[in-house]
Amino acid sequence: MAISRLGGVTGDTMRGAARAVLVGPWSARTWQACAHLLAGFPLGLLTCFTVVLLGGVTTGLLVTFAPALVTLAALLWCVRGYTALQRDRFATLLGVVIDPPAHCREEPGRVRRLLAEAAEPGTWRQFCYHLLAGPLGVVGFVVTTVLWTVSTMCALVSCYAWALPADSAFGRHLHTPSMVIELTVGGLLVFHLAPFVTVGLAAADTWLARTLLGPTDIDRLRSQLVSVTQSRNAVLAAADAERSRIERDLHDGTQQRLTALAINLGIARQTLPDLSGPAREVIEQAHEETKQVIAELRGFVRGLHPAVLSDRGLDAALSGVVARSPVRVRLSVDVSERPSPTVESVAYFVVSEALTNISKHAEVGAAEVTVARNGATLRLVIADAGRGGADEGGGTGLRGLTHRVASVGGSFRCDSPVGGGTTIEVELPCES
Amino acid sequence: MRVVIAEDSLLLREGLVRVMQGPDLDVVAAVGDADELMRAAAEHRPDLVVVDVRMPPSHTDEGLRCALVLRREQPGLAVLVLSQYVEERYASELLSGDVRGVGYLLKDRVADMAEFLDSLHRVAAGGTVLDPEVVSQILARRRDDALDQLTQRERGVLGLMAQGRSNSGIADALVVSESTVAKHVNSIFGKLGLATVDSDNRRVLAVLRYLQN
Repeated sequence: MAISRLGGVTGDTMRGAARAVLVGPWSARTWQACAHLLAGFPLGLLTCFTVVLLGGVTTGLLVTFAPALVTLAALLWCVRGYTALQRDRFATLLGVVIDPPAHCREEPGRVRRLLAEAAEPGTWRQFCYHLLAGPLGVVGFVVTTVLWTVSTMCALVSCYAWALPADSAFGRHLHTPSMVIELTVGGLLVFHLAPFVTVGLAAADTWLARTLLGPTDIDRLRSQLVSVTQSRNAVLAAADAERSRIERDLHDGTQQRLTALAINLGIARQTLPDLSGPAREVIEQAHEETKQVIAELRGFVRGLHPAVLSDRGLDAALSGVVARSPVRVRLSVDVSERPSPTVESVAYFVVSEALTNISKHAEVGAAEVTVARNGATLRLVIADAGRGGADEGGGTGLRGLTHRVASVGGSFRCDSPVGGGTTIEVELPCES
Repeated sequence: MRVVIAEDSLLLREGLVRVMQGPDLDVVAAVGDADELMRAAAEHRPDLVVVDVRMPPSHTDEGLRCALVLRREQPGLAVLVLSQYVEERYASELLSGDVRGVGYLLKDRVADMAEFLDSLHRVAAGGTVLDPEVVSQILARRRDDALDQLTQRERGVLGLMAQGRSNSGIADALVVSESTVAKHVNSIFGKLGLATVDSDNRRVLAVLRYLQN
């Protein structure tokens, strides 16, 4: 059974190959490849000539800075334009999409942008393609034209052989029937094999263009990384905005209603002194409970996103955290320029969590918190002289911190020898 | 006493008006945002303004800013600022100028009617009333200077002083005699270098010198 299936497969393949040979000269793919190669000839000559000329002139002028810059600008402009033209040729004639080359870094100022572009390896890969496009275009054009014309001439030799004078060198051979048959068969053979050569040449050109004109794997990874980072930042900002929204909704809704309720219960308690014992007790209890709920809700909302953080920044918000902490904290905040809301809320979260951890586990009454912005880095240090031994893998508290820090691309270091206190150092990148 | 109330939540505004229905209190206007407050204060010339920190249009701290402007424009106007949260930073800003006739309380305190009305009168009479939570924040934050020299008991007394309580009020709260409180208070003045200052201001200064550096 296995053998018969194998036989079937081989049969299919053979039939497929035979069909390809027969249909080849008439298939759209072949003519697309032909058109592509023919169009590549003048374009290749033009690009090769220009980049050689401008490249040579630029090299020659290197000793003179300003003129070299002008020709370099022209060269790079041509390289860019030719790349666009070539990508169009592939897209229009072959239906092949060559991904656009990677963008080079945005630099302020024309000269710096020019030099950055010149320093980009991608630019010189494109340059190489435009250089190779010349000889390639010639080869493609010659092979295609010769194969197709010669094979057609040979295949159709019987149609015109009689018209050739029999006494010419060429005509004498053509008047022998065996020669005519050989030429016809040979011509037909080449005519049917030519598509493979044409398509093969176009494929080789496509491979070269993908390698030299398109982005490299590293470029692709880099652009993926950029887009992943952008979407991560967007997700974080959205989560942050959502927390602010919940805080606002609670503030404007639930908290106000609860406070109004507590006020009304307070009024009832104050103005109905001669109520019976049980009724009075119920009102008193409801009053106390409501106040308790308000206080708990306040604590919850503060953990979510404290309003003072958005209004006044880290110093003000952390003062509140430190003041509410059961641990005595020496706080120093030196943040001249406010980081983004996302970074601020991560910093706030890190300090509050770390202080909660200290009060729970460190068995120490004092801690020191330093927050300082140095250029594009916000550095947090939270240190205590407690019992140490904090483990990043152990408690969920520390792991939560590392995740939160990593989410904005920050670094986290925890130094906690047993009995030697704990120092947490966090660095958060802030865009300037 | 003529009072203007500014609070954006209708429910709370009504609650506040109801709480302030005493014979000696006259609520001349109850408004819902910062602009209306400025207009009402200019029109009615009240003795006391009770204002929410967070109000329209921006819902951040316009109540606080209004309070500061009003106190600059109408010296002698008492201002009681209410908020869902108290923050040391806001207290510092509120108390950065003249500290007489200023109050800063959590909204929850309104629910304890008698105590709230007491605070209201103290502020109207030129006193300074700070929420116990703000006071504990201030005491926690300013540990590093002269406050370190205070004993635990003296800190407690200073905290109660910051809430605007008199010696007898502090004595009641701590369940000690008034003379013991007086002894603590004098000791606090001594340690904070306020022994030679005019006695009326000493109590306020004792709390506020830490807010102003």
